[in-house]
Amino acid sequence: MGNYRVPAKFLFSHILKCKILEPSAITKNTIEIGSKYSPDFVCTPFKYTLGTLIEDLDNGADTVVQFGGGCRYGYYFELQEQILRDLEYNFQYINLVTEGRTDIKKIYKDLKSIDKKFNPIKALYYLLITKNIVKYMDTVDDYIRHNIGFSDFKRMQKLNSKMLYEFETAKGYFDVKRIYKKYFEKIKAIPVNKPDNCLKVGIIGELYTIMEPFANYFLEDELAKHNIEITRFTNAHYLLFEKHKKIKQYLKNTPQITYTMGADASDNIGRTLEMCKEGYDGIIHIKSTFCTPEIGAMPIINQICKEYKVPIIFFSFDANTSETGIKTRLEAFYDMLEMRKKL
Amino acid sequence: MDKVIVGIPNGFFYKYHNLWKYYLETLGIRVIFSKPTDREIIDLGMKYSNDEMCTSLKNFLGHIAYLQDKCDYVIIPRIDNYGTNNQMCTNFMAIYDLANNTFKKPILNFNINYNKNLDEKKGLIKIGLELGKSKEQCKQAYNIALIKNNKDLKKQYITEYNKLKKDNKKFLLMGHSYNIHDNVIGRPIVEFMKRAGFEVIYSDALPEEKTLNLSHNICKYLYFKNNKESVGALELCKHKIDGVIMLSSFPCGPDSLVNELVIKRTELPILNLVIDDLSSFTGIETRLESFIDVINSKELNW
Repeated sequence: MGNYRVPAKFLFSHILKCKILEPSAITKNTIEIGSKYSPDFVCTPFKYTLGTLIEDLDNGADTVVQFGGGCRYGYYFELQEQILRDLEYNFQYINLVTEGRTDIKKIYKDLKSIDKKFNPIKALYYLLITKNIVKYMDTVDDYIRHNIGFSDFKRMQKLNSKMLYEFETAKGYFDVKRIYKKYFEKIKAIPVNKPDNCLKVGIIGELYTIMEPFANYFLEDELAKHNIEITRFTNAHYLLFEKHKKIKQYLKNTPQITYTMGADASDNIGRTLEMCKEGYDGIIHIKSTFCTPEIGAMPIINQICKEYKVPIIFFSFDANTSETGIKTRLEAFYDMLEMRKKL
Repeated sequence: MDKVIVGIPNGFFYKYHNLWKYYLETLGIRVIFSKPTDREIIDLGMKYSNDEMCTSLKNFLGHIAYLQDKCDYVIIPRIDNYGTNNQMCTNFMAIYDLANNTFKKPILNFNINYNKNLDEKKGLIKIGLELGKSKEQCKQAYNIALIKNNKDLKKQYITEYNKLKKDNKKFLLMGHSYNIHDNVIGRPIVEFMKRAGFEVIYSDALPEEKTLNLSHNICKYLYFKNNKESVGALELCKHKIDGVIMLSSFPCGPDSLVNELVIKRTELPILNLVIDDLSSFTGIETRLESFIDVINSKELNW
């Protein structure tokens, strides 16, 4: 998913004695293979992950690790395993979250079965470093996203990918910190000429589509060409370490909702209200087709935006969505925002 | 003095209708149901809903809209889970907030979350207190309602087991209870199959305690409660039935994964029907007829 393969590779290559196969980048081919073997009306991330799994198994992987989440994501693995076994692949499937919770004993057993010398204390140490890598990655990412429309963004991205490359071979806790500081200063040194009254747009939505650039057809890059300041809230650090605290705040501050609604739905409603109050010029909501939690949240988000008179646009991404259609809608949305600002 | 009228929308909470009705009637409150789903309800639902919602949710919103000016309160609970391994679909988690924002109607709401020790009893008592009854009254009414409800359930189990013992051809209708018993989604299918001489066994009418555990034989890590019930029902009576019809409403989240898995893991003849609010019964009729032919041909050993 996006660049997060770097910390994942770092973690597993240090705690287990095995060869880590880097997932190939998602292409049109991936989604085609995925849709071919998927059920009809399953949500799009299922198709993407299944496509990636098939490609990786073709490349010679023999063990696969899958996570789980609060919606039907938690049940992906059993069907995916069955589909892959029917295709006569031979592999070991490790699921880190079963039945909606993390069973530490089971994970320990599974990891032990891969590598007999698996050491939990060493694993904990590297888990801490991985947490930091994710945090640093997201800070840099957020900074780049804020300023991408107003400076030399090719240079920024080059520095970013260099930093990720060095993270992979980092040796320890302090080494990671040193790399982060070095590159973040370099990125900050690139001049940014941002006008005071530039357009501010927030992106919310379903987590997979928002974090995998291929799944949303590089929507952020498209926005950057139009000189828009972009803010995105969902990233791995938020999902893993901040969510449980923030969600209580959102429920408290938003009168429209009283309960959590599964996955990221209630977070998105809370954020919408926050952004409306902070004076954002527009909001973009992206999700994959048939994402049940987001569908439940959309009417409420729509209502809040109506109340505060903030324009919002909903994008629903499927395997066969045409890129041109999305570009046209985005351009119209951008033109509308600009006209509103001038008036 | 006017009596308070409480409306129960048909649809999503089909399983709990009897219990709520007994409970509120013992408390001396008038209860009305919305009418069975028909074209009017579907159109109302489309008006208030988002285009990607599942058909059952759309219809449910239609039922609430129908009740809007016919009662003082509407009951809409929010169900999260019945324990860690028995979760509900996210629509059940969102339905209260959704209805609360769409309709300006006082809603009687309670939260069911067994992980946080919030069960049905506490919820219903909370409702009773909101309607101005004392705690003692509520507790008594709940116990009476529970006894009546259990009696009904026992009767239901016995009829279902008797059906299984009969000699004529039987098939299992698998699906969520709010789809199977729906007037538009499930009933035409049941009637058609009955006319063709089949005995219909409802997957939700078999004892829950058995089906929930048995589901692990087919889907080991399944955690959606409604799906566990129907999969468990299949496991419970797989040697006694001739075929399975799986019924789901259009983009149903859990069904999209579980149905595929069940098809891959069972050897009985299976018909997977997905119903949309626009689908006509003629198309479904053709598929049902060919399904009947498949079952009959199997017996003749063609």
